Amino acid sequence: MLRNWLIALVIAIIVIGAVAVAVIYRPAIDPLPAGQAPHFDTAMIAHGAELAAIGDCGSCHTASGGKPFAGGVAVPTPFGTIYSSNITPDEKTGIGRWSEAAFERAMQQGVARDGHLLYPAFPYDHFTHVTADDDKALYAFLMTRDPAESRTPANKLGFPFNVRAILAGWNLLFLHPGPIAEDSSQSAEWNRGRYLAEGLGHCAACHTPHNGFGAEDASQAYAGGSVIDGWYVYPIDDKSAAPVKWDAASLASYLKSGFAADHGAAAGPMAQVTAALGEASDADVTALATYVASKMQNASGKAPPAAAPSPPLTSGDSLAVPQLVKASADQGETIFATACSSCHTSGRPLPYGGVDFHLSTAISADSPQNAINMILFGLPAGATHGPIMPGFAGVLNHDQVVAVLGYLRKNFTGKPAWSDADKLVADTLSGATAVKTYSADGVERMPGAGDLRILP
Amino acid sequence: MSITLNVNGRDQAIEAEPDTPLLYVLRNDLELNAAKYGCGLGQCGACTVIVDGKAIFSCLTPVAVLEGKKIRTVESLGTVDKPGPMQQAFIENQAAQCGYCIAGMMMRAQALLEKNPKASDTEIRAALEPNLCRCGTHMRILKAVKRAGELMQQGQA
Repeated sequence: MLRNWLIALVIAIIVIGAVAVAVIYRPAIDPLPAGQAPHFDTAMIAHGAELAAIGDCGSCHTASGGKPFAGGVAVPTPFGTIYSSNITPDEKTGIGRWSEAAFERAMQQGVARDGHLLYPAFPYDHFTHVTADDDKALYAFLMTRDPAESRTPANKLGFPFNVRAILAGWNLLFLHPGPIAEDSSQSAEWNRGRYLAEGLGHCAACHTPHNGFGAEDASQAYAGGSVIDGWYVYPIDDKSAAPVKWDAASLASYLKSGFAADHGAAAGPMAQVTAALGEASDADVTALATYVASKMQNASGKAPPAAAPSPPLTSGDSLAVPQLVKASADQGETIFATACSSCHTSGRPLPYGGVDFHLSTAISADSPQNAINMILFGLPAGATHGPIMPGFAGVLNHDQVVAVLGYLRKNFTGKPAWSDADKLVADTLSGATAVKTYSADGVERMPGAGDLRILP
Repeated sequence: MSITLNVNGRDQAIEAEPDTPLLYVLRNDLELNAAKYGCGLGQCGACTVIVDGKAIFSCLTPVAVLEGKKIRTVESLGTVDKPGPMQQAFIENQAAQCGYCIAGMMMRAQALLEKNPKASDTEIRAALEPNLCRCGTHMRILKAVKRAGELMQQGQA
């Protein structure tokens, strides 16, 4: 009797062990021979470049001031810090010896060439939906970049998160491979947009809240609300706070240029996204916008104007004289009159003037964090045509920033005052909330690069 | 309203509306004409002065937020007879062409060097980024700032 039990137990252990190995173990894929870079068709490389722009691979895989795609960017997670890997074709430290099959497996299953499981900070839960053809083009693009020798720093993860085997469990729960089904009730363009947004574009990686396992909470798709790199993530579903409802045309223009006259300018990590999308194909960005705008179709913003009224043009260079308000009891209004109004009430459209605050998403959003960041750090000048704004960290103190926020909120939205402005300003000034600043062309500009942006 | 500003080490009582830009008060009331009106939008840097050690755009700064703070302009860096290290370095390198941007350049550079006199070329470039020169004397300006750092260190030695 006991013997039968023992046999059953041994069999059970073997079965469980085999299942566990099958779930966890992934074989290595043979490396390409050293020193023999594969050749690719130029049209394929160009197509891959456009797709890499949709995926914005460069943002996470290029360190500030580092070589493009050489990785090493610290990605903070609730479990510790993960460093992005080098995806240049360097043979020693990059993916130079990865075959196309190894690249495709990484995209679809989150497994490195040597068989180790990748952390989902690399959003393979989205990339798994990318077609094999698109993976081929991306591979062609990446394998023809300049190889850069740069070893990825070791992740800083505590036990048990440093044991990659646990990712097998994560994959069972949260990885849903396979193509995204067509929705026949929607246009081909919308379906293309969904394929791009849910796959390579991985919009939800930031715009959807995450659960305790670090996976997206599908029940709150696109509900926003988290804070990434010190920037509040806007909801891009029906809870969008945009005073003017986004439509596909204005969203496509925003995604390509980084600003929209009826909404504002991309800042923070979104500036990286719009900078990358500027390099994507127009058709794909329009499709992306069509899909994402449809998510916000029941939001509360008013309908966009049929044709944008052309604002009265100012003449000459020096019409920036502030509209003096005389003595105001409201310190926020006093600061607004001098520091803000010369650009923001000039009537000049973006990017030459500031957004009309009645239309600004930052001012009407549930959190004042992005408005705080803009007031303190501004939007540094980039190397391309785009909006800029000076920061005021050098001259406004905590109470003064809170006063301006209060005035903007009260005067330009019909919404209640932000209850957390006081604390969020304090945390931003103290550095408790670390804010990464980017220029409109998506390049990280450290606060402190210019004195203007140095924290007190 | 009446407001007291500490400019170049001296308390000065002035009459001004609270939202008057600091630049207007410096030039019109205090006759400190180094800082220039360029764009009025915080985009060119010609109006840059130092407040509590930080370079700021005086055209966008209402005087109401400046009480109790220490404001410094180029006039504080030295005199015609006895130029300070920053001014000396700009003269040595003939870094001005039309000169309109130079006061702003010097003040932003001064704020940088006071914190870090050994600033590298990259740090100098990054710090001066908000200031524009339309004559194109950037290379001389960069050399001058580097030289000013050396002069400041010699002065301390």
